[in-house]
Amino acid sequence: MGKHVLVIEDEPNIIEAISFILSRDGWAVDTHSNGHDAVDVVRAKTPDLVILDVMLPGKSGYDILSELREDAGTRNLPVLMLTARGQTKDRELAERIGASRFMTKPFSNAEVLEALRELVPQ
Amino acid sequence: MQGMRQAELAQKAGISASYLNLIEHNRRRIGGKLLLSLAEVLGVEPSALTEGAEAALIATLGEARAADEFAGADHEPPEDFAGRFPGWAELLVRRHRRVLELERIVETLTDRLTHDPHLAAALHEVLSTVTAIRSTAGILADTPAIEPEWRDRFQRNINEDAKRLAESAQTLVSYLDEGAEEETALASPQDELDAFLTDAGFHFDALENGGAGDIDSILQRTERLQSAAGRVLARQYLERYAEDAAAMPLAATLTALRDTGADPAVLARRFGVGLPQVMRRMAALPQAEGAPPIGMVSCDASGTLIFRKPIEGFALPRFGAACPKWPLFQALSRPHLPIRRLVQQDMRGREAFLAYAIAEPVSDPDFGQVPLFQAHMLLVAPDPADRGQDDPDGLGVNCRICPREGCEGRREPSILTDGF
Repeated sequence: MGKHVLVIEDEPNIIEAISFILSRDGWAVDTHSNGHDAVDVVRAKTPDLVILDVMLPGKSGYDILSELREDAGTRNLPVLMLTARGQTKDRELAERIGASRFMTKPFSNAEVLEALRELVPQ
Repeated sequence: MQGMRQAELAQKAGISASYLNLIEHNRRRIGGKLLLSLAEVLGVEPSALTEGAEAALIATLGEARAADEFAGADHEPPEDFAGRFPGWAELLVRRHRRVLELERIVETLTDRLTHDPHLAAALHEVLSTVTAIRSTAGILADTPAIEPEWRDRFQRNINEDAKRLAESAQTLVSYLDEGAEEETALASPQDELDAFLTDAGFHFDALENGGAGDIDSILQRTERLQSAAGRVLARQYLERYAEDAAAMPLAATLTALRDTGADPAVLARRFGVGLPQVMRRMAALPQAEGAPPIGMVSCDASGTLIFRKPIEGFALPRFGAACPKWPLFQALSRPHLPIRRLVQQDMRGREAFLAYAIAEPVSDPDFGQVPLFQAHMLLVAPDPADRGQDDPDGLGVNCRICPREGCEGRREPSILTDGF
């Protein structure tokens, strides 16, 4: 069984595509599409890595990341943030809160795979 | 000229009598050495010889210098520059105003990209859909032996997303198109209204005889109102104008003004209307039909000027806030109390004016509602009797170009270090 990744993203077709490529790359994939209880889901599923969209219904990716970083159990969990805004200040904000990587939409499948492999060596 | 003959003055100042004549009739700009020697011969301050228009020019030159971080402190004073190169000084002032106008547009557009929630949402939608398409298309292209059910599913997803993308793109384009109309206007809606009213001399004949129905044709005829917001402001203004004209018919108002003078309270009693309405009406009277020059400003409860009718000799700020010592703002802090003060701006060429100010609620009183106030100030030339009574209250235009020292109302240092 490969490493466990949790994809938190609200766009169904993006979830489907990412799930497909990650599964084919050997990852065990879980998905969640709501920001509101995303922190609880992370705690419950204890993934090796989280892919986290910024714009989510219920709670923003930044808020979710802040909560994860405050919790000792998830403080060092690798988190790859996805955003549709590529402005410097968004990137800076993500880094300040503690994102392990930051990726701007639209990204290529190869970029995502490469980033994941760097964050969690297989 | 203090008993001195024109020829004698010209001779003493070293110029021809005909040139002096041109200067006296404001057909030649006076400045520099000539200004100083004429003042010396006449035994007056040089500032006594120049007009308000020049003071405004010099003030703007001072602003232009202050706005340029590279302008050295060793530049000649604006007065000297304006005196020696009047044409260039006017050009510089026009350029400076244009820069301010363009800066405002840039600010508006930048603001729009960062803060416009509709634009942000539309772009987010486009980027999300493109991401889904790119990722799904990548899978179809890069997975040689993909199972038929996955292939069908991804093809279906791409088809869905492509439709969505087309719709979002159309929404985005039509949204930007709508906005484009607004942005062709190089000014704020308030500036458009100002230009529109200035063109009309603040008077609309077509609305004088119960002609509220003519508002549409007035609005159609002008090219000044480029934005939808500008047209809304103008329509509100004209609708109120028609109401004011009905309450105070033109001929009767002009007669009353001649009979009783320009005291708004007297006119209010005579016509049985409120002070703000009288003030608005007085500011809309045509000078061509014998009305005296009348200036007016109004502000809302935030102190923002929402109406400006200039009067020569009393400058109104084009950008930023006005002088807090204006009776207009005193009225705002004491609602319903009519205020009448003799005022004069502390700048060369300014005259004393009688200012009438009042703040009244915008809407009818209602229990449970805190009323919002607007203040109005009317500026008229004082009667000789008023003029002699007291020294006028000294006040400014705004802090940046105000030379007044030790003013408790000062918000920022003045750029006029030398004073006027």
